[in-house]
Amino acid sequence: MAERMGFFTDTSVCIGCKACEVACKEWNELPDDGFVFEATSYDNTGALGASTWRHVAFIEQTRAVRVEGREEDVDRWLMSSDVCKHCTHAACVDVCPTGALFHTEFDTVLVQADVCNGCGYCVPACPYGVIQRRQDDGRAWKCTMCYDRQLGGLEPACAKACPTDSIQFGPLDELRQRAADRLAGLHADGHTEARLYGESPDDGVGGTGAFFLLLDEPEVYGLPPDPVVTTRDLPSMWRWAGAAAVSMAGVVAVAFLEGRVSGNRVPTGRSLVGRVLGRGVLGGRGLGGRRRW
Amino acid sequence: MAECHPVGFQWVMEAKARGAKVFHVDPRFTRTSAMADAYLPIRAGSDIVLLGALINHVLGNGLDFREYVLAYTNAATLVSEDFQDTEELDGLFSGFDPETRTYDPASWSYDEDGGPEPDERREGGRRHAEAAGADRYGSGGAAAPSRPRTDPTLSDPRCVYQILKRHFARYTPELVERMCGIREADFAELAEAITANSGRERTTAWVYSVGWTQHTVGAQYIRTASILQLLLGNMGRPGGGIMALRGHASIQGSTDIPTLFNILPGYLSMPHAHRHEGLDDYLEHEGGETGFWGNRRAYLVSLLKAWWGEAATEANDFCFDYLPRMTGDHGHYTTVMNQIDGTVKGYFVVGENPAVGSSGGRAQRFGLANLDWLVVRDLTLVETATFWRDGPELETGELRTEDIATEVFFLPAASHVEKEGTFTNTQRLLQWREKALDPPGDCRSDLWFYYHLGKRIRQRLTEDEIDRPLRELTWDYPEEGERAEPLATAVLREIGGVGPDGRALSAYTQLRPDGSTRCGCWIYCGVYADEVNQAARRRPGREQTPVAPEWGWAWPANRRILYNRASADPEGRPWSERKAFVWWDEDRREWTGLDVPDFETGKPPDYLPPEGAKAQDALAGTDPFIMQSDGKGWLYAPLGLADGPMPAHYEPHESPVRNPLYRQQANPARRIYRRPDSPYNPPESPRFPYVLTTYRLTEHHTAGAMSRPLAYLAELQPELFCEVSPQLAAEVGLVNGGWATIVTSRSLIEARVLVTGRVRPLRVQDRVIHQVGLPYHWGWGSGGLVTGDVANDLLPIVLDPNVYIQESKAMTCHVRPGRRPRGQALLDLMEEYRYG
Repeated sequence: MAERMGFFTDTSVCIGCKACEVACKEWNELPDDGFVFEATSYDNTGALGASTWRHVAFIEQTRAVRVEGREEDVDRWLMSSDVCKHCTHAACVDVCPTGALFHTEFDTVLVQADVCNGCGYCVPACPYGVIQRRQDDGRAWKCTMCYDRQLGGLEPACAKACPTDSIQFGPLDELRQRAADRLAGLHADGHTEARLYGESPDDGVGGTGAFFLLLDEPEVYGLPPDPVVTTRDLPSMWRWAGAAAVSMAGVVAVAFLEGRVSGNRVPTGRSLVGRVLGRGVLGGRGLGGRRRW
Repeated sequence: MAECHPVGFQWVMEAKARGAKVFHVDPRFTRTSAMADAYLPIRAGSDIVLLGALINHVLGNGLDFREYVLAYTNAATLVSEDFQDTEELDGLFSGFDPETRTYDPASWSYDEDGGPEPDERREGGRRHAEAAGADRYGSGGAAAPSRPRTDPTLSDPRCVYQILKRHFARYTPELVERMCGIREADFAELAEAITANSGRERTTAWVYSVGWTQHTVGAQYIRTASILQLLLGNMGRPGGGIMALRGHASIQGSTDIPTLFNILPGYLSMPHAHRHEGLDDYLEHEGGETGFWGNRRAYLVSLLKAWWGEAATEANDFCFDYLPRMTGDHGHYTTVMNQIDGTVKGYFVVGENPAVGSSGGRAQRFGLANLDWLVVRDLTLVETATFWRDGPELETGELRTEDIATEVFFLPAASHVEKEGTFTNTQRLLQWREKALDPPGDCRSDLWFYYHLGKRIRQRLTEDEIDRPLRELTWDYPEEGERAEPLATAVLREIGGVGPDGRALSAYTQLRPDGSTRCGCWIYCGVYADEVNQAARRRPGREQTPVAPEWGWAWPANRRILYNRASADPEGRPWSERKAFVWWDEDRREWTGLDVPDFETGKPPDYLPPEGAKAQDALAGTDPFIMQSDGKGWLYAPLGLADGPMPAHYEPHESPVRNPLYRQQANPARRIYRRPDSPYNPPESPRFPYVLTTYRLTEHHTAGAMSRPLAYLAELQPELFCEVSPQLAAEVGLVNGGWATIVTSRSLIEARVLVTGRVRPLRVQDRVIHQVGLPYHWGWGSGGLVTGDVANDLLPIVLDPNVYIQESKAMTCHVRPGRRPRGQALLDLMEEYRYG
């Protein structure tokens, strides 16, 4: 496998030009989101979705700051380009029944449009609300980290278009180092509110392939403060389910015996339980060696 | 800058990462403000107060870079005893004629032995006002004596330094707070930062755009910044300067090789029908004999040779008489008025969209509707081409399609990726662009259009004398391909100039006044040096010095910083190691350094001009501003401006407040059109209590013809909106996401409402002033996926007297909740506002 590739989005230098949104749509030939004035600062595309794979959030704040001993209102306009997090432990991959979602050789998360059957399991599974189905064809779509461009040795379109290097693309280890340096620099300059989001392999999704430098709490940007892979409890659930199945089999056996007495047939439910178990334990690409809990 | 030049703004971010402190002064909090270290909200139209107070801060505290100021500026020069300042005349300089509302600049002149020369030999003043003559000095500088009387102690009350000091003494931090709405503490922080960051070791740069130019005092805004930068020693040095961000790709190029009515290529002025008899007469009147502008005969003759080739000879004044002549103001807005009056019958509109993109949209459309013919060349069917079938005046019943006799020809144009050629950016850098693909269908490049139009016109010429200039014009570019596209490189080579041997020239210093050289634009001379398209060079920055001289080509002579002689001290040594740029190499007896020196290579710092010297020989080895006739940076402009030798604060033509400095409320020389189709809001009118300013957004370009048809841009900003503060929204009853109607005496339009804390009410003269922000990207057509009312319909037609730019950054308005009325009801409401 090639090196794990990722995005480091440094929102402290994002100027909100939306070049990433446009470049992404151009390269990936995405549909527009309609033409609706939302009256939410300069954001009229709302959120990440099936037709918006990079989304720039605009947050207008007026904060009271103490300057030379007196309270002052200081305006702040935060801008941040959001994107699929390409989680280490990607729930969307876990729940995908067709194998359309998988981890690529760059360790990014990709939906194969020709395999996706539109079941939509991935939509509620994503802890960030990133992946969505498209109304017209029903299939699920999201950022590919420009898989096709990466195969050709090119950086993703959004990173290429970003004029201030707010979006940086590269080997994840390098990006994490760069981010740590940038954070230290900001802290040294007194920007103690700066923090990284998603860079830690110890978080609820095992760290993200696309992580961020934020200047406020994640909620301010519409990001979950403590994301957890929604399939985290599946193994223990499966164990419980297995135990339950065994007990159920016992019950069934008893019932069967009883049925034999009474002459009624009861369905075993084995095929259903077996499918869930089989999918959970054996299916789901890229599980081997990546689950760390 | 982040808002309108996001790609260029990456360098500001890089400078910031390297420790630069960024201040942003703007009426609205923009994407730039979000990135700045400090944001100073300002009342639109009050910038001269702020800049003037910074000058006062520098002069009052002795913070100027004294060695630089003494050696390189006209601070020590004595001014005529006849000069009277605005401080004495309550807002007027001496020489104002209230009849014609123009200045005679005679009294502004330097104090000379023998008194000032007669007005006839000077440019400026009244003649200026007739023909917007000031911008001919873009590279020329007006004529002033090269060695006027001076007082190097700067103590003579008539020296420029003392005059400036008196003039700006009333521009105090308190006044800034009272007029601009900027708190004294914020002003102090700015003043401290720019002075601490200027001098031998450090430099400060100012960046501006149309937020400074589009005012009735626009040219004087830039003058104020120039004075400040000269006092702080920030001109001609790395990291210094005043950077003008242009509004379109190659707008710089279209001033260098102008699309303006009053200049020829290279800022040579267009001859005047009644002022210039012949070549000699013209040259005599167009500037001084000293400095590099003194060589203008060589520049003009080489241009005439490029245009008329063998036909241009010494005997016929090199065909000087073939040039068209001006008879007065042929600027955009006067042309529109002439259309309404029926004296302009035909109109070429190329890559512009005045029906929605120029001030006073209604006047623009009434003008278009009164033409015989109209040619529009553009990428889409812009509103200017379709006003006759879908303009807003059809809905109000003021125009009817069947009554409009204008014959409209629409010619589809090639986009920038469908043709080759150069872009000239704000740094004067020419960058060659390749063609990526052929234009579709009937779309053609501008070069193709004008070349083949010229060929067709020439086919119809007769032997009549009147046709001679066109018959003899050199019009023979090689063509290629099925469509007979003329070779853009051939045009560039002609612009770059050739010598007597037919070989490409390498510098404008090679141009000769005898007709032996040809050059289509003297400042571009050398762009094809060594028969190489220098503008196409693409050596990456990492493979060369930080100045990157082998990326593209900068005029003049591939210089990256103009007047860079000033980066060394009078003896020719760098002011500091840190800011070393060009310097005098005593061993090799020449100027050298990181950039091409903007000085004669072999002229030593101790050179003194002999009596009677001409052109550059008349400038000393310590005179860095080589285009000026005295080689100095002008803190005080004795000539060349239509509205005064120094900037003074005047309120915008439409302002809610009184000018507290002078009885003179607005620029006395501003250009006003007093006629029914150009109504104005009265100053301090309670009917129009709010300040209105217009601007762009990152997501769109100009009036939207290039962005509204594109889904990926249109969805990002789909509707026209106005930005208002929560306080104003509460005052007039506006709801975020709802509708507002914005009213001036020109028109009224509707827009969605964006209530935002980024627009702050300002405390000005002890009361609260509200500002309304309005992007101007919408119109009803242009093939837009999104459409909206025309912001420019609200704007007054009132102009800066030097360059005839409209005041679109500061005016007054009223705001009402809800949508605007339609049809006759709209006209009725407009009447109500207009007449109270």
